[in-house]
Amino acid sequence: MLTKRIIPCLDVKDGRVVKGVNFAGLRDVSSPVELGRYYSSCGADELVFYDITASAEGRGLFTDILTEMARSVFIPLTVGGGINTLDDFERVLNCGADKVSVNSGALRNPALIAEAAKRYGDQCVVLSADVKRVGSAYHVFAKGGREDTGRDALEWIRFGVDSGAGEIVLNSMDTDGVKQGFDLTMLQMVSEAVNVPVIASGGAGKAEDFVTLFKTLPRVDAGLAASIFHFGEVRIAELKQMLFANGIPVRLINQQEESAC
Amino acid sequence: MIAIVDYGVGNLFSLQSSFAAIGSSGAVVAHTADALEKADKIVLPGVGAFGDASAKLRGSGMLETLLEQVNKEKPLLGICLGMQLLFDRSFEYGEHEGLGLIPGEVRPLSETVPTGLKIPHMGWNALRFTKQSSLFRYIEDGDFVYFVHSYHGALCGDHTIALTDYGAPVTAAVQKDNVFGCQFHPEKSGNTGLKILKAFAEM
Repeated sequence: MLTKRIIPCLDVKDGRVVKGVNFAGLRDVSSPVELGRYYSSCGADELVFYDITASAEGRGLFTDILTEMARSVFIPLTVGGGINTLDDFERVLNCGADKVSVNSGALRNPALIAEAAKRYGDQCVVLSADVKRVGSAYHVFAKGGREDTGRDALEWIRFGVDSGAGEIVLNSMDTDGVKQGFDLTMLQMVSEAVNVPVIASGGAGKAEDFVTLFKTLPRVDAGLAASIFHFGEVRIAELKQMLFANGIPVRLINQQEESAC
Repeated sequence: MIAIVDYGVGNLFSLQSSFAAIGSSGAVVAHTADALEKADKIVLPGVGAFGDASAKLRGSGMLETLLEQVNKEKPLLGICLGMQLLFDRSFEYGEHEGLGLIPGEVRPLSETVPTGLKIPHMGWNALRFTKQSSLFRYIEDGDFVYFVHSYHGALCGDHTIALTDYGAPVTAAVQKDNVFGCQFHPEKSGNTGLKILKAFAEM
């Protein structure tokens, strides 16, 4: 049986992971390389590396770090941030990324999704959408949530899937950072509308939030979070045990591996 | 020395990193028939569509040597589309001839798995061993590996060594003598995947 995936997301700026990280046994807590290795061997099912650098110089540093990090990550690796062209796809795939996540770049140039899917396959293209309620509607936002595109979220996501996006990361701006649980209403709407994997993002504050997510919405395939994992508030191995105890199919790592985490 | 066949499909970065991580004497990316002859094991990777990959392999100038080396009992491991290429034929967008190293054919998952399940079959799923294999010597029945595929090996008879369940049994790994194939990606399957590659590297 296919398992539900737990995905830590690392924001990288100028070659360092943003947000303080607190893990016993890690020498350099903001090193993408060390964190990547930690998550890869400690039960994460996938990793997302998000480049939030603005400068071209920072971008070069990101690709160098990505290459070094990818050498010790043996789980699927998705890279996003600053992906605007097929050359950007090529750039991060050559550094060891398995999937590439598009957001603002696809909003500016919607044809990018189809072009990338045709060249690299649907499974390689992840459409990441920042969605927020505006009145009674759901709008897609661009530029890291700073700009309301006025586009209807469902319409945009359906367009993305029809164009070849193999996976959707749905980030609810309404629940993001609030730590009161995932946006179940928004996730239900999207997961019923598409037949590709949907990754829930935004709002996880504790392990129980993942249990609620997968119990309430069996069509959601994965849960993504950043700070609760980085700050050690939720340990992935323990989260997996809790999901397992609640009858949710997950990949458990063995005790020997866990003891090293 | 392990040769990873580079015939122009997909990125070989992860596979090379994996072999480096298990401390095997090293894996090289092979572009020439000569490199395949010198290697003592061969890995055939692959992503994308069967027809295109098959044509590229045939046009790479390495196929004849690859088959020759396999006949000399050099171990071969096909991964994902590289496994599918080992079969007799594929029905992905038309009908294409495979290498015929393992009996069977490649058919759409949609014919096998119940409607409503998402395709591709993407994510971590458990291996169910159907036969003993030296490829699995360091892992256990029930261990999880990472799959991404829309087609699968069918009619492989008793060459199937592991299945996985996705609403129906799906071929996860095959073996015929010195020829092995994994539908999943060992290079993306965490410690379990590394142990499978280690077993192969030690053959």
